Amino acid sequence: MLALASPALLVILLLIVLPVGWLAWQSIYHDGFTLENYRRILNEGIYWRSFLLTFEISLLVTLLALVLGYPIAYAASAAPKGWSVFILALVILPFWTSVLVRTYAWLALLQRTGVINQFLQHIEIIKEPLALVHNTFGTVVATVHILLPFMVLPLYATMQKIPNDLIQAGASLGGSPSHTFWRIFLPLSLPGILAGATLVFVLCLGFYITPELLGGGRTVMVSMLVSRNVELYNQWGAASAVGVALLISVFAIFLIVSQFIPLDRVLGQK
Amino acid sequence: MKTLSLGRIAIVLFCALVLLYLMLPVLIIVPMSFSSARFLTFPPPSLSLRWYQEYFGNPAWMQATRVTLTVAALTVLIATPLGVAAAYAISNSKLRIMRVIHLALMLPLVVPIIITAVGIFFVYARVGLVATMSGLVLANVMLGLPYVITSVVAGFQSFDAAQEMVARSLGMGRLRSFFVVTLPQIRASVLTGGIFAFISAMDETVVGLFISGGQYQPLTKRMFTALRDEIDPTIAAISTLMTAASFLLVLIASTRQKKR
Repeated sequence: MLALASPALLVILLLIVLPVGWLAWQSIYHDGFTLENYRRILNEGIYWRSFLLTFEISLLVTLLALVLGYPIAYAASAAPKGWSVFILALVILPFWTSVLVRTYAWLALLQRTGVINQFLQHIEIIKEPLALVHNTFGTVVATVHILLPFMVLPLYATMQKIPNDLIQAGASLGGSPSHTFWRIFLPLSLPGILAGATLVFVLCLGFYITPELLGGGRTVMVSMLVSRNVELYNQWGAASAVGVALLISVFAIFLIVSQFIPLDRVLGQK
Repeated sequence: MKTLSLGRIAIVLFCALVLLYLMLPVLIIVPMSFSSARFLTFPPPSLSLRWYQEYFGNPAWMQATRVTLTVAALTVLIATPLGVAAAYAISNSKLRIMRVIHLALMLPLVVPIIITAVGIFFVYARVGLVATMSGLVLANVMLGLPYVITSVVAGFQSFDAAQEMVARSLGMGRLRSFFVVTLPQIRASVLTGGIFAFISAMDETVVGLFISGGQYQPLTKRMFTALRDEIDPTIAAISTLMTAASFLLVLIASTRQKKR
């Protein structure tokens, strides 16, 4: 049995374990052991501010995805079968559309001469085009869009398993719809919320294409620090240290979450 | 009752808006790709195939398309058998270490893609795989494996392993019983896994940005570079084609799944 799994395992070892290990090694070794690269993250404003910004954006994106995604997942789990399939299809189709394509679409929608500005000017709500992109706003709008399915799918999976009897029992005992929702449905959907929020938060922490293209160079997320240190400054040590710090954050979150729900429940979605 | 129906209307309205938000990019890209205008105006002044001609007539775009399709096809051919073998081991072995191996095989989904990309770039730079076809294919096989494994492991869950046992007890070899008895029954999940590996390779951008170059640049790398400079409507045409390809593939995968 081990022999059957070994070719796949070998690919994983050579193409992700080894590279990430190499990265970690490079972050502490440069003509001798050094913690200089990590000291820089703590001392230099650009670095720790970028970490702070990344965590803030990830938190905001997660909250927005929850607020937008929860009713959708609820509707998909409560609606008649035909509607439920329709709603899920609308969630899954964008999910399998390239992130680059969707980022491009948001660029076309949000830019100064873009569709939304033209529309708002056309109906004379605004005179001057709004700065909707090349800033944090544009990054957040597109990132929420791209990560929303990762919130809806685990939520839906959890809600689908909540027995309808429980809600009916709550109602027959005199609970108002809002009361049965807050006291019965919502608590039972918590595992789904946790799974979805974890996925969205972690994916957002490492998001690269969208902030790079829509952030306008001002919204420097951690992933962009990594790429700039490689591409522009040739600072492989610095890039590695930032990468390792990001990876540790991600693993720490998974570790904490795994205390509450099994990890395969979080990862089984895509 | 009245507040309930009002609340219902509010939820339905809210959901409709969120679904619109989800579909908006696709809804906008398609008409833009058929616009005759150089600049993005909506609705387009008149329809034309200008941007499709631009795409199909441009050797650089065509070369990039060939690279992408070749990489995606090779990725499926390699990742599918590797993934099915691993999924078989995961589903049929009682060894405790299999759980660890299963988690390890899911690593590409967990490690932020930028870290994977930079790490592979460092390793490739040492061994001379930067800007090569094989380097690109290997990286995409690694990224595609979790999709194949997840799908096929799910397929094994609804397959009764006793059937293979019966075939073997009747004297069929292990390999033959797998191909004759097991594989036909998990076929849909293998197909789905392969399709998702293909889409993953077709859409992959970040790793390609770091490790590809010269004549072996995938479509997404050229698109990304073009997007940094200006908004070229040709990209709307390419995006429409890519989206159509993804939709078609997901549709095939989901109808196959339902037939089971």
